[in-house]
Amino acid sequence: MKVLAIDTSNLVMGIAVTDGEKVIGEYITNLKKNHSIRVMPAIHDLLSELNISPQSLDRIVVARGPGSYTGVRIGVTIAKTLAWTLKKELVGVSSLEVLAQNGKHFEGLVVPLFDARRTQVYTGLYGKRNGVFQSIEPDQLILIEDWLEQLKERNLPISFFGNDVALHRPVIQEMLGEAALFGSMADHNPRPSELAILGLSKKPEEVHTFVPSYLQLAEAEAKWLASKEK
Amino acid sequence: MSENNELILAIETSCDETAVAIVKGGTEILSNVVASQIESHKRFGGVVPEVASRHHVEQITIVLEEALEQAGVTIEEITAVAVTEGPGLVGALLIGVNAAKALAFAHNLPLVPVHHIAGHIYANRLVKEMEFPLLSLVVSGGHTELIYMKEHGSYEVIGETRDDAAGEAYDKVARTINLPYPGGPHIDRLAEVGEATIDLPRAWLEPDSYDFSFSGLKSAVINTVHNASQRGQEIRPEDLAASFQASVIEVLVEKTARAAKEYGVKQVLLAGGVAANKGLRKALEERFKDANCELVIPPLFLCTDNAAMIAAAGYIEYKKGKRAELTLNGVPGLDIEA
Ligand SMILES: [Zn+2]
Repeated sequence: MKVLAIDTSNLVMGIAVTDGEKVIGEYITNLKKNHSIRVMPAIHDLLSELNISPQSLDRIVVARGPGSYTGVRIGVTIAKTLAWTLKKELVGVSSLEVLAQNGKHFEGLVVPLFDARRTQVYTGLYGKRNGVFQSIEPDQLILIEDWLEQLKERNLPISFFGNDVALHRPVIQEMLGEAALFGSMADHNPRPSELAILGLSKKPEEVHTFVPSYLQLAEAEAKWLASKEK
Repeated sequence: MSENNELILAIETSCDETAVAIVKGGTEILSNVVASQIESHKRFGGVVPEVASRHHVEQITIVLEEALEQAGVTIEEITAVAVTEGPGLVGALLIGVNAAKALAFAHNLPLVPVHHIAGHIYANRLVKEMEFPLLSLVVSGGHTELIYMKEHGSYEVIGETRDDAAGEAYDKVARTINLPYPGGPHIDRLAEVGEATIDLPRAWLEPDSYDFSFSGLKSAVINTVHNASQRGQEIRPEDLAASFQASVIEVLVEKTARAAKEYGVKQVLLAGGVAANKGLRKALEERFKDANCELVIPPLFLCTDNAAMIAAAGYIEYKKGKRAELTLNGVPGLDIEA
């Protein structure tokens, strides 16, 4: 089975191709540049370097968010359109779950994290259960301090992943002390090959109804709902 | 395949309609599917960009599939993919642009970028062959322009609004007299039964200018309503609508007629969403009845945003050899003359 994986949900842009049991191509940048301009050329270049036609793909896997609304939509739009027009399977994976894979060989718990502004983060809790690395707390949008309060009660070493961790490192260290671990520079980019691998183990979804996972309503919609409840 | 059998698949997502169309030979509509979001945006009193972008992602493959099905063609039969590059809401444009790029890439098809306003103008070619030189009056929620065309695909803006677009003024005035969004059609409906008894300004600007300005008119309407309510007087909304509409239309029609004469055009084309306005249509028909140029007004479904018009404009660009790379981006402030 040949899989194309696309992640444009945050600053890191990643494309990977797997063939059977092998990761045969992977492209990652961590740049503040426009995904809309760069992602299709990156897919084109990687596939042509690998000599793989779009038609010969079997499955398209996309990081469905959370992250930048616009970034998530670019990847999801391309993945949906490719899957639909090429009649291929479409699989969506949480962007946080992809990032969490960087910690799957660590002891203790794993926290992937994207900054969501106004001291909020998109995050989740992952770790081994019955020997299998998996989600322990659902992905969520939460104030960093509230999240750290919850994590503290676990009394276990916790590794943090993501390039945005640096923004919150002082408060993490202040609240968790020695229990907080930070990995190295190479541990913070979500890897599209991990996205592809996760995508292999999940069920394909209906293309037409596939939507990003924003983890929050559009601001106007939230306000409108609040005004209706009054 | 003969020369005029090319099938253009076009995608338009610049604002709040997710639209895909398939047009044969630049003029024959095989399908023209529009998923409107208006019901969703009504509750906000206007288009919310983030909500629009979300709806586009939800609709895009559904609308693509429906357009192919209605046209009875497969993607393998398509000659080129055209897409609105701009202007518009950037997040909304990006959905169409990236879907178009994915399609072009998947099937190795030429990708043709289209200016949204060129699309509105070319809606006319779906009903009547163009004759050059021509003049197009483009009136929509975001645009009020007079565009001169000496040949296919050539656009010269000879007049444009210096502040609000006509459609914007309609929406703001509608809000002032508590009409629901979108206000344009409501004002048009009220104006039909009202009388233009209220004296409102006409912004002619410099004598030789083809530019427009509607912010003064909009303020005058707001002041009129405000002053009347302070004096405890009642203004009939029908009369206010009729007076406002009379002012907008007089300036639009007069400047169009003057430009048509000066540029010696063979055709005058009405384009854009406000072209659905009955009052404007009637006034133009009246004014050009005896003129020695032909007035073309497309049917309503081609005036509002749709993808058939993008396919029609895209066909011309395709024939001229215009192509976009996979680096194509949505450009919110795209210039039509560039
Ligand atoms: Zn338009």
